[in-house]
Amino acid sequence: MRIRITFSKLEAMRFTGHLDLFRSWERTFRRSGLPLAYSQGFHPQPRLNLACALPLGFTSDCEILDVWLEDVIDLQQINREISEVLPPGLEIHDVKIIDDQFPALQTQVASAVYVITFLDNIPDLCDRLLRIESSEHLLRKRRDKTYDLRSLIEQMACLPVSEDGNQKLRIRLSARESATGRPEELLDEMGIKFESTRVYREMIIFNC
Amino acid sequence: MVVTPADIQIKLERILPTVQKPGRYTGGELNQVIKPWDSVDVHIALVFPDIYDIGMSNLGLAILYELINQRSDALAERGYVPWIDMEAEMRRTGIPLFSLESKHPLNTFDILGFSLPYETLYTNVLNALDLAGIPMASKDRNETYPLIIAGGHATFNPEPMYKFVDVFVIGEGEQIIHEIIDTYQAWKSSISSRLELLVNLSSIPGLYVPSLYQVKYKSDQTIDRHEQLNEQANYPIIKRIVPHLPPPPTHFIVPNIETVHNRIPVEIMRGCTRGCRFCHAGMVSRPVRERSVNEIIQAIDESLKNTGFEEIGLLSLSSSDYTHITELVKTVTEKYCGKHLGISLPSLRIDSFSVDIMEFLKDSRYGGFTLAPEAATEHMRNIINKPVSTTQLLETAHQIYSRGWTTIKLYFMIGHPSETLQDVEAIADLCKAVLLQGHHAIGHRAKLNVGISTFIPKAHTPFQWVSCDTVDQILAKQDILKRELRHREIKLSWTDQKVTLLEAWLSRGDRRLADVVFRAWQNGAKFDAWQDQLKFDAWTNAFAFYQIEPSFYSHRERKSDEVFPWDHINTGVRKKYLLQDFQLSLEPQIRSDCRKQCYACGILPMYADLRRENPGDAWSCPEVKSPPKIAGRKTPV
Repeated sequence: MRIRITFSKLEAMRFTGHLDLFRSWERTFRRSGLPLAYSQGFHPQPRLNLACALPLGFTSDCEILDVWLEDVIDLQQINREISEVLPPGLEIHDVKIIDDQFPALQTQVASAVYVITFLDNIPDLCDRLLRIESSEHLLRKRRDKTYDLRSLIEQMACLPVSEDGNQKLRIRLSARESATGRPEELLDEMGIKFESTRVYREMIIFNC
Repeated sequence: MVVTPADIQIKLERILPTVQKPGRYTGGELNQVIKPWDSVDVHIALVFPDIYDIGMSNLGLAILYELINQRSDALAERGYVPWIDMEAEMRRTGIPLFSLESKHPLNTFDILGFSLPYETLYTNVLNALDLAGIPMASKDRNETYPLIIAGGHATFNPEPMYKFVDVFVIGEGEQIIHEIIDTYQAWKSSISSRLELLVNLSSIPGLYVPSLYQVKYKSDQTIDRHEQLNEQANYPIIKRIVPHLPPPPTHFIVPNIETVHNRIPVEIMRGCTRGCRFCHAGMVSRPVRERSVNEIIQAIDESLKNTGFEEIGLLSLSSSDYTHITELVKTVTEKYCGKHLGISLPSLRIDSFSVDIMEFLKDSRYGGFTLAPEAATEHMRNIINKPVSTTQLLETAHQIYSRGWTTIKLYFMIGHPSETLQDVEAIADLCKAVLLQGHHAIGHRAKLNVGISTFIPKAHTPFQWVSCDTVDQILAKQDILKRELRHREIKLSWTDQKVTLLEAWLSRGDRRLADVVFRAWQNGAKFDAWQDQLKFDAWTNAFAFYQIEPSFYSHRERKSDEVFPWDHINTGVRKKYLLQDFQLSLEPQIRSDCRKQCYACGILPMYADLRRENPGDAWSCPEVKSPPKIAGRKTPV
């Protein structure tokens, strides 16, 4: 049985990396007693699949995990049994059945929407944004490979200043397997230190 | 200036994204306990003086965390020292060392409890106190500062840390922790001096308050005697033990990031009856007390439900000697096989029985098979009292390779008393012979990992009188092994001689080393247990500054009547017994498993009352037949 779980990754969990998150899920399933399926072979691995890695320090309410279980189990029961044993910082929003033949989750992701909160006031935020938007190319290097950051930015918009007085920015970046835009690289391009912001993933957009 | 948890949170917000593995500093894991700060009287921070990744795997602190938090009048939170990058950020932004749970600065706790399982953590303790804004010297701390306590195996010689720690816990903490809290609580409500608190604690059996004693030296720098400065203080300080092992902890905190051990640790027994003469743990953790198979299985069940960990560690100093080992392993296998769990059972004897046992536990996740002969010739193994015949070792190796393991890990020590270069060459020969067994069994798939540590004569062991190898000797011996074991299928690792020396100085140090520890910290020493962080010059300069010759501690053979810096600490094993055992090593004569025959090490008379109250299989020592003594004698509990 293949199920798809939509979940939040918040609080202390935001500093749990991709691989450690897999382990947290494996432990969650072991605590729940639900029959998590494992791969065949000499080193069986739990059959867990995450849509796309959330960089360290980001929070999110839209993380997506595909899980294979050995038996067919009622969705409500799954939801209940997992929710009871989740570690602080993970919350389940939705559990649904997915056709086992559906393509792998990662190949389906098209883009991701982020909301960036600025902890310090940036008077010329709009100007900086405009400079990015009006650029035709933003050539950068990632692991010695040159890429064009501008082509990975799909949308950008300033949000009204929130109640706590912080400026906010919503951006939509490409999140295809071979072309992933990273908010921290955009921030760097804007001359803003990543640690003076909070980044929240609001939505993952799929191909179909 | 008072720093609040909220201040710390706000500052962390900006710092955490910039440091390595920020998950070390966040807390917020499953099973952490947060109590409202004002709901309890006594606030205790349990501190492991190394980074989170290492400290989280410490069983002692996990036991205390659970015990303290079960009380309604106390809370326990955790503290670790930050890695170098985080320490720099904390100092730059004025964040004091804080607890992971509530983010309270450590100087706002009532008690800080440090775990000191090994000596190379000492400078980290000083660094932790400094980061917490707490004066390092015990005498400089008044009633407004936390009480600093420390326990763990290194504290069986507490003297090098005597200036910094207010109270040492000698021995096992499960009962004494409650007595400390009760005493502290009574003192807190009485509004009296800190000295009064220390005096009250100093008479609790197992507690050592170093400021209530003084040491007199002879002209040759050795010790003349220890003296109490206060009549109430224990003398000698007798190791505290629990008469039977309490139920094991089952609510382990589940880290959100990778730590050194990701497992449920279950202590199947405490103590060891083998009497290896180099082994500190084997001497200081007597007597042997076992848990029942039922209790162990129940603990595993509950812990799995509570944590979901992927590995179970069945821990003891000598697993093969656990009375019900076969039953335990069979039950564990039946219950947990096929559930994608790794089960580790360290410290097995070198015989075919161990291979049978491990075969039960073979699951998808097994790695190599570990054997620790410690020495390569039968003669040398008799000296160290770890007798096993070479034939048996090779036969065991053959079985391991032919029954599915491709890698054997062998642990040896160099530097044993009277060891010659021939004895070291024998290590290389034995390794090759073991690998040859692998070739016979499975051809060139066979691999061998060889770990070489260097012997340090530890306090409270039969070898406490002997000298360490010199640096030249150590290097010459390591060179032989590096040369002889250069082989595609052999992986050799060894301990840096600098780490060895430092451990040798500190583990047999006296009170004069406290200044050296402080000076070394001032010179930049910290994370001494990390080979790549050890600043050896910081230490040698500190010794030079105080004109103390370090070889006095490491490279001096002691006379049989010398008073040692740790002689006021009584582990229950008599010094006379240790000396006798040392003399037997010179012949060499072995002493086999003391379950078969009691050699009267001293444990039984020391804890006769406890044994009398706990007859039967709970202890491996013989039963006590004499009637209890009525009055007068101070008993350890």
